Amino acid sequence: MKDWRYWLAEERGTLLAFGIFIVMFAIYSANHPAGFTANVVQTAANKGVLLAFVAMAQTLVVITAGIDLSVGMIFTLTNCMASWLVVGTGLETVFGVLAVLGTGLICGAVNGAIVIYGRLQPIVATIATGAVFFGLALLLRPVPGGSVNEDLADFLTGRFFGVVPASLLALLVIVLIVWVPFSRSELGRAAYAAGSSETAAYMSGVPIRRGKFLAYTLAGLLAAIGGLFLTFFTYTGEAAYASGNAYTLFSIAAVVLGGVSLFGGKGSAIGAIFGALAFRTIGDLLFVFDFDPLWQPLFQGVILLIAVSLGAFALFRVRNRLEWFL
Amino acid sequence: MDGAAPLFRMEGISKRYGGVRALEKADLTVTAGSIHAILGENGAGKSTLIKVMAGVVAPDEGAMSLDGREVTFASPAAANQAGIVCIFQELSLIPELSVADNIVISDPPKRFGMIDRKAQRRIAEEALARAGASDIHPRALVKDLPLSRRQMVEIAKALARKPRILILDEATSALTAADVAKVFAVLKRLRSEGLALLYISHRMNEIAELADHCTVFRNGRNVASYPAGSKSDNEVVELMIGREYSHIFPPKPVGASAATPVLEARNLSWADRLDNISLSVRAGEVVGLGGLDGQGQRELLLAFFGVLRGLRGEVLIDGKPVSIASPTAASHGRVGMALIPEDRKTEGLMLPMTVRENLSFAALDRLSKAGIIDRAAEQRLIDDMVGLLAIKTAGLDIPVGALSGGNQQKVVIAKWLMRQPRIILLNDPTRGIDVGTKQELYQLMRKLADAGAAILFYSTDYDELIGCCDRVLVLYDGAIKRELVGEGITEHALIATALNIHGDDRRTGLGGKA
Repeated sequence: MKDWRYWLAEERGTLLAFGIFIVMFAIYSANHPAGFTANVVQTAANKGVLLAFVAMAQTLVVITAGIDLSVGMIFTLTNCMASWLVVGTGLETVFGVLAVLGTGLICGAVNGAIVIYGRLQPIVATIATGAVFFGLALLLRPVPGGSVNEDLADFLTGRFFGVVPASLLALLVIVLIVWVPFSRSELGRAAYAAGSSETAAYMSGVPIRRGKFLAYTLAGLLAAIGGLFLTFFTYTGEAAYASGNAYTLFSIAAVVLGGVSLFGGKGSAIGAIFGALAFRTIGDLLFVFDFDPLWQPLFQGVILLIAVSLGAFALFRVRNRLEWFL
Repeated sequence: MDGAAPLFRMEGISKRYGGVRALEKADLTVTAGSIHAILGENGAGKSTLIKVMAGVVAPDEGAMSLDGREVTFASPAAANQAGIVCIFQELSLIPELSVADNIVISDPPKRFGMIDRKAQRRIAEEALARAGASDIHPRALVKDLPLSRRQMVEIAKALARKPRILILDEATSALTAADVAKVFAVLKRLRSEGLALLYISHRMNEIAELADHCTVFRNGRNVASYPAGSKSDNEVVELMIGREYSHIFPPKPVGASAATPVLEARNLSWADRLDNISLSVRAGEVVGLGGLDGQGQRELLLAFFGVLRGLRGEVLIDGKPVSIASPTAASHGRVGMALIPEDRKTEGLMLPMTVRENLSFAALDRLSKAGIIDRAAEQRLIDDMVGLLAIKTAGLDIPVGALSGGNQQKVVIAKWLMRQPRIILLNDPTRGIDVGTKQELYQLMRKLADAGAAILFYSTDYDELIGCCDRVLVLYDGAIKRELVGEGITEHALIATALNIHGDDRRTGLGGKA
């Protein structure tokens, strides 16, 4: 009867992020010299999906009340790897893609193992592993270079039927085969439960450790998919320290914009995807309005601050209670 | 009742936490199709007993058997598997998940490896209906529900697991009268379906209404087992009393203090936890707060200390109404209040910081000039305190976490004494500290009172209340039930009032047995 109201409450964060993105993108394309064309959408999508993949990765970990400061470095490492391996004949390319994705899984699993079984703080553990991943990336690509199977790259960064950006479709497919099963699986729910109240989850016999481990591992996988797409867009591999760190920090911003609670237990990767797309659009907006690039970081920061505060107001209202102190 | 053979049996179960023995060779036998009540005062070992049963803690020794076969539970999940389900006092619900998610949490229905949400919804609705709580929407988030509704969800969650043995630990403590009636009907039906129920409650009238069999615990041992109704309430209270008296208390002053009240409360109420509380504490007086754990004593102290919002009623200091909005306001100016918190590790101390830093935190404003700490004055005051309380530490510059529990507690107390408070609120300050330090604290408390402090002292240890207090106010359900004065402070009176034996239980409306 009142089911839709509950649905609305559950999806509020995601819908808010969706709304912010739509508004921003409407302003952007309305003011773009070329207007709302397939080309503009394709370019925006290709830039947006990279952060979207990394933000999805961050979401999984944040849901467990953790944080992954190594996602950007997994993204960088897999980019460097792909620039070596995703080349040559069809079979070689397939092997290369699998190797890159496998590496992402291993990176995520290492993070998970250290945090869950080693009982280290996620923030410290992932700073350390992130440095290791970057070190490996640097060994693979001391200087930018390499190449990629261009047929595959062009196919995945082009358009379907002349209008739909292939990268967006790829994002949709990944959502359907990674996020949807995860969020509806028993282990996915365990990840949420662990993030919301680990004691209560333990008392209820929830498989907390396996749930969290899966979340960290899949986060590695998603970051690697992001790294793969970066290679498809740039045709090269580069161990860029600043870019890796920027992706990590932007992913946290995107996750918060997308209504995922940093306290854990709440939020969806769909929200984080819209958060990521919205975040990217902020940068593009400044471009179409001919802002001096020097101003860009400052404005990006201010807009982000405003958007994040929108979500925080509700928090103030809810937490005004005794538990707040105890 | 057909089961002559016991369904579940515990034999010789012992459990120690550090040096404290929580259970000492305890036995328990549970039969199918009956409701078994467990009685005992605070710290008698009831909670540990059910934690052992539910696989939350592992016993140090002893054996458990189910259907005659020996069993051990490595985790709550393992106990659930065996059909033992516990509704804990501290709720085990996950706040950010929905009611339905919570009900099926330990074993969600699955289709193609994913959670089947339709089936989940059906199970949740069934379970809620069985628990008599079909007014709760399965999609509502648990964190949005009031406490009494959460407790009903907790019960529904337990029922959805199809238990053979259901343990209810104070499961009705947060319920409204209407809900209690519903839950009782459910429990009686479960009994007739052949479940074994273990019922832990401090409400004697509930036990009289429900139980078939009772077991009394004291000092970690089961001291008596008898069919329900075969003993009078007074006999039961006698069984619950009887610990060794090992504490030495300072002598109390003779005659009531004639000083004017320093701290007064008039009709203080807060949420549904404090109910119309009026009290006064005079200078030089030690007033105890008694009653079972969790009847609003903590909230009362927090209310005085300015922690609670939305307080109704009046607080008076020296006869003048004041409004205390924060702990800072409570400790400053003419109020001069100090609260020694219950959990020194989180609310009292910054464990990694040094003894010196911890000691001067609360008094920094008094020790500094223009924002700069006067180190000489700080040192003098710290030396005084270390001497007064005989704090044993290898130095002032070691982390306070390195001290023993008793000495840590002394640091917490010293920290507040550095402000020379006129009103001292103590929240169960002797929990988990050794007997020697306890005695020192009793002496100190009396010394401070003699020097003119007004002391409000909550303790879960009845001996302490008897030994230290000039008056004791016994709380039940957020209200003061009785005031005991001087010679009238006896263990029997404390326990009887704590259990609310004399007087009816207005919340359940079931009528108490006098």
